[in-house]
Amino acid sequence: MFEDFFNVVKKRFNDSDDEYKPPMFKCPRCQATNPLSKYEELHRVCPSCNYHGRLSARERIAITVDRESFKEFDADMKSGNPIDFPEYNEKQEQLRENTGLNDAVVTGTALIKGSPVVIGVMDSRYMMGSMGSVVGEKITRAFEYATKNNLPVVMFTAAGGARMQEGIVSLMQMAKTSGAVKFHSDSGGLYITVLTDPTTGGVTASFASLGDIIIAEPKVLIGFAGRRVIESTIKQRLPDDFQLAEFMFEKGFVDMIVERKKMRSVLSHLLKLHGFDKKEV
Amino acid sequence: MSEKKTAWERMQLVHTSGRPTVRDYIPLIFTDFYEMHGDRFYGDDKAVMGGIARLDGRPVTIIAQVKGRDLNENKACNFAMPHPEGYRKALRLAKQAEKFHRPVICFIDTPGAFCGIAAEERGMGEAIAKNISEFMTLRTPVVSIILGEAGSGGALALGVCDELAMLENAQYSILSPRGFASILWKDASREKEASEIMRINAEDMVRLGVAEAIIEEPLGGAHNDLDKISENIKEYLSQKIPEKCQKDIDVLLKERYTKFRKIGEFIE
Ligand SMILES: [Zn+2]
Repeated sequence: MFEDFFNVVKKRFNDSDDEYKPPMFKCPRCQATNPLSKYEELHRVCPSCNYHGRLSARERIAITVDRESFKEFDADMKSGNPIDFPEYNEKQEQLRENTGLNDAVVTGTALIKGSPVVIGVMDSRYMMGSMGSVVGEKITRAFEYATKNNLPVVMFTAAGGARMQEGIVSLMQMAKTSGAVKFHSDSGGLYITVLTDPTTGGVTASFASLGDIIIAEPKVLIGFAGRRVIESTIKQRLPDDFQLAEFMFEKGFVDMIVERKKMRSVLSHLLKLHGFDKKEV
Repeated sequence: MSEKKTAWERMQLVHTSGRPTVRDYIPLIFTDFYEMHGDRFYGDDKAVMGGIARLDGRPVTIIAQVKGRDLNENKACNFAMPHPEGYRKALRLAKQAEKFHRPVICFIDTPGAFCGIAAEERGMGEAIAKNISEFMTLRTPVVSIILGEAGSGGALALGVCDELAMLENAQYSILSPRGFASILWKDASREKEASEIMRINAEDMVRLGVAEAIIEEPLGGAHNDLDKISENIKEYLSQKIPEKCQKDIDVLLKERYTKFRKIGEFIE
């Protein structure tokens, strides 16, 4: 009898649950389910495990730089089709519509608590943040501008793989961007990398790993080879924490892990420690 | 000149057992070769070999990815898939070459950097990134030659150079056609189709500004006449190395960056 009563209550509870069901966020790291509103409120941080989720480039810029200080470079640059890949143009047309982006990175100048920077932010919604001609060219130009104007560079990386539709041209962007980073570095320029979810593949094997200071957000994925590729090579399952920020920190490839809510102030302090003080306007 | 083969045919050809490896070429192209070992941090990666030799009497540094000629050799050199320490060894030898004003000759022949736990733990991404950026400003001439296959960042780590040559049937790709088909079409069995669409042949590389020269292979492929292919490679190097060594190093570096700087296609 009590059991019946319980079932009735449960049923009723579930019914009412259906009616007000708020949108939920299921964390890819800890699998916990929390109300999406809570996750959004925390700027996309999992309330259960502190996984730092993905932001769009515009959202990232908004929470990182001084209000209205961002001036974008090359906003209209769009990719060609260097190896005449079938349906590449159409696919991009659709992505532009869906994301409001012209490619997977947004670059420009901005102020962070008054300190001038060249900033680049990748956006994984656009073809997994892969590096094609446009990403390569915009990042290269951003570094060249910073070198010329003695500015520091802050780069938020996010990339889930190669821009396969640009074939070898995509691979060459690794050399192009790394070259620009090297010239900036040789001229004494400060470069801070912030690794965000996910930073893998060619981006990891080029400009993402070349920062003077490398910061990562908690629990983000960082690596060269994809998890599934490694698992199929070694024929065994990888531990859950493999290639997370904390793992890369432990192995010595990350200087510090910084929470999103503190990122702006940490960046500001680091910039000031390198002499990039508030610019008098 | 042999008849033009399709990408798929070339792919089979560069995987033919008996395709010469760098170990076959070295004695036929260079003299006084001394192999050097280790990255001075972790170990000695057998997938990457390097050392000092003479090319027409001139001291040069050789850095190469090593394929095995049989299963045992392949096991020893991990099928030419380097770990981070392999790339760090390469960089150490490149820096040594810079110090002693020796030109660097890189032989690329790899399916790609090794994908495994240890490779990630020791920072594969960092190792490749470091090589790419350091080679860009290495103050000595660098000429790279792709012997067979050149896969992804693992190849590019030895491919930032003043001039890239490819053996006629060699291929350069961002990932294997199999990987490409499985990611893009969720069907690895479509690798043949992928190989044709990806543009991975030597002529594609020249057209896209990635490679500057194609070294002719004997009829049917390099394995049919080792002496002839070695002679062709030597002829190329004997011309290119003195040419690059004569150039003012600052001009050379500027040209090296420009070569990569201009690759890409975009609309503004
Ligand atoms: Zn979580």
